[in-house]
Amino acid sequence: MEEILLNKPGKKIILLGNEAIVRGGLEEGVNFVSTYPGTPASEIGNIFNQIAKKIGVYFEFSTNEKVALEAGIGASFAGLKTLVAMKNFGLNVALDSLLPFCYTGTKGPAVIVVADDPSCHSSAQSEENSRFIAETAHIPVLEPSDPQECKDFVRLGFQISEKYKIPVIVRTTTRVAHQKMPVKFDKITRPGNGVGKFVKEPKRFVTLPPRVLEQKKELLEKIEKIREFSEKSKINFQSDKKNALAQKFPMGIITSGISYLYVMEALKELNLSLPVLKLGFFYPLPEEKIKDFIKNFKKVLIVEELEPYLEREVERLAKDINPKLQIFGKTLLPETGELKPEQVILALAKFTGKKYKKLPITSYQLPKIKHLPRFCPGCPYWSVFAAVKKVAPKDTVFGGDIGCYMLAGTPAIAAQDYLSAMGSSVGIAHGIARTVKKQKTITFIGDSTFFHAGIPALINTVFNKSNPLIIILDNGTTAMTGHQPHPGTSVRTDSEYKFEWDQRDKSLLSPPLRSEEGDPSSLETKERPLQIEKIVAGCGVKNLKVVNSFDLKAIEKAVEEFLPKKETSVIIARGICALLRKHLPK
Amino acid sequence: MAEFNLIINGVGGQGLITLLRIISLASQKEGYDIKTSELHGLSQRGGSVEVHIRFGKKIYSPLVPQGKANLVISLELQESLNGLHYSSPKTHFLINQYKTPTFTKDLSEKEILGIVKKISKNLFLIPASEICQKELGSEVVAGIYLLGLAFSKKLLPLKSDSIISAIKKIIPEKYRELNLKAFELARQSFSSKNLGG
Ligand SMILES: Cc1ncc(C[n+]2csc(CCOP(=O)(O)OP(=O)(O)O)c2C)c(N)n1
Ligand code: SF4
Repeated sequence: MEEILLNKPGKKIILLGNEAIVRGGLEEGVNFVSTYPGTPASEIGNIFNQIAKKIGVYFEFSTNEKVALEAGIGASFAGLKTLVAMKNFGLNVALDSLLPFCYTGTKGPAVIVVADDPSCHSSAQSEENSRFIAETAHIPVLEPSDPQECKDFVRLGFQISEKYKIPVIVRTTTRVAHQKMPVKFDKITRPGNGVGKFVKEPKRFVTLPPRVLEQKKELLEKIEKIREFSEKSKINFQSDKKNALAQKFPMGIITSGISYLYVMEALKELNLSLPVLKLGFFYPLPEEKIKDFIKNFKKVLIVEELEPYLEREVERLAKDINPKLQIFGKTLLPETGELKPEQVILALAKFTGKKYKKLPITSYQLPKIKHLPRFCPGCPYWSVFAAVKKVAPKDTVFGGDIGCYMLAGTPAIAAQDYLSAMGSSVGIAHGIARTVKKQKTITFIGDSTFFHAGIPALINTVFNKSNPLIIILDNGTTAMTGHQPHPGTSVRTDSEYKFEWDQRDKSLLSPPLRSEEGDPSSLETKERPLQIEKIVAGCGVKNLKVVNSFDLKAIEKAVEEFLPKKETSVIIARGICALLRKHLPK
Repeated sequence: MAEFNLIINGVGGQGLITLLRIISLASQKEGYDIKTSELHGLSQRGGSVEVHIRFGKKIYSPLVPQGKANLVISLELQESLNGLHYSSPKTHFLINQYKTPTFTKDLSEKEILGIVKKISKNLFLIPASEICQKELGSEVVAGIYLLGLAFSKKLLPLKSDSIISAIKKIIPEKYRELNLKAFELARQSFSSKNLGG
């Protein structure tokens, strides 16, 4: 990990896409980094968390992505170079603040990394394609294919942001963010003293009609300027520069991101040579370059994952320049799930009419094996779910939320009747509890998720008077994404790799969370900077208990006591994540 | 060698990413182009995991295309089935004789090997976890042991120097000796008896 700090220009080090993003930030001299964890973007925050102090960069895990972005906006307004990272769902949370940021523009340059997860390897709730944001927010979007480009595009993003005073998104996907290859290092730029200054410029930083409409016009003008930049940019390139192939062949391929690598793989496999247009810019698109590429073709194949954004754009552009052009894309490739190289090989074979024998293996109906993930041995959730299941009536509605405890949905536990976005278990429980008559509603929410988006929903249940039983699973960490701290843990920064806890705070975290038998009342009194029980009480919840997650009897009793209540009840089940505990000082 | 395609699969917590790091560093030392793919984020134990490692003259895709694996190393017996998609009759399988429950439908050793053999007869079943537990007191290094075997059986076209120096670089000092021993043990056991079948 120390390698990421090597100041040896020209050296090639094997990096993960996310590590290369960090390196890109360092080479540009980033000052201010904020994030909320989410796979496949989590390593960006984890690494900055480890190295920030050493290199004089400010880093924070924020409460949620909206707040992380807002922190970055503030730092940019104060003139600092800012990087914000999140997974796709985080973008939804941050959206409300992102649009005005595009209108005001940046002062210090800002890059926002957004990681999509086609095939939902680490995403429960939807197969989101963040490309929608480009047209909605009018924000430039760059799409790297590999770790080298991750680094280069983050740097370019900062340069574009600096020049045009606009935030820039670098959009990755799982197979880019979690891909490794040797990446060529350039010089690290020291981030300066990191001291910003806010210079008042109301015309710039205040969005309010009628100014906001002027700002929109200015934004659209900026985008057209950036489009000119995109037309000339080297990151939108044709595989053969001289365009000789495009002259020779009546067909070509347009692609971007990870799909580009599969296209090149497919060409190699099929021993074909075809013109390829690789787009590093998703927005604004180099329209002239695309038109020039397709103008003499009979047909074109668009290779992209998920929804056909590029395909639609090419259809639009072809109307002008080559109305007879046959456009292939989602007719040959799926819209659900990530692409696989073999799918692109087959699509390309069909597109070109080249014979390609499918491998014999497909003729077997071979079984696959799926090892289901489970709670770790010693996980505090085992006992919580066992106890609740034991005493809850059969027709109880169990609400699920986002975190390790999603595994309550597996057949072995079967205590999850709905699952949606972070924090939503509570909001939905309110709607259900307000509606059903006899059924009870119990919902589970993790501590990090509670801080992220659970609090407004809790306030709503109290204000609008419904009676779900909300069980907050306080395991002292954001476990699922790799054990990041959150506002309820005792230390602001730790590290996934080393778990170096602040000496002062050690005593605050370990004793109450560690004890497997301990007196639950002692759990309430231990000082932590932000105590969930105080927040819950402050929200007006009267039926409140803190129990030890390992104490089945106490949980059963609390559930039995609270289920008949007419008002909102909260049980905080406190017990440390078993994996985190292993790393704590003894 | 134009390219070499390796799939390693197993269950969460078996150290697949460490193996990936060692092999990719070793192949970088030998001057190859490299692409790998891994998945992060499942903290919980026991779920299926799979990593892809490709090296050679020029590599584009980080994923091994269907049927193109030269070698599949399965750290868990049943997971070997998930390697079949990437395999052809030429693919070699190195399978740890170690089984964890899937919590869905488990298959017996005989069933699994029967299915694997439909695709490839080049199959070695080795009780790596058991050997490492017995000889070294730790089954965590079963992956390194299998790496040692792959190397000794010439199933992995890398030099021992590159692998050893990659192990030294990547494994933290505390566990370095143990890992080197596991690698060495596999090489010795290969020369002393004929494993596999
Ligand atoms: C908006 C959004 N941001 C981030 C994520 C990624 N994410 C998935 S699980 C999780 C951790 C939740 O932590 P916590 O609620 O404490 O539960 P634990 O994993 O510790 O059980 C996060 C951040 C997400 N799904 N949605
Ligand atoms: S990582 Fe922690 S919270 Fe998640 S299943 Fe394991 S012990 Fe439980």
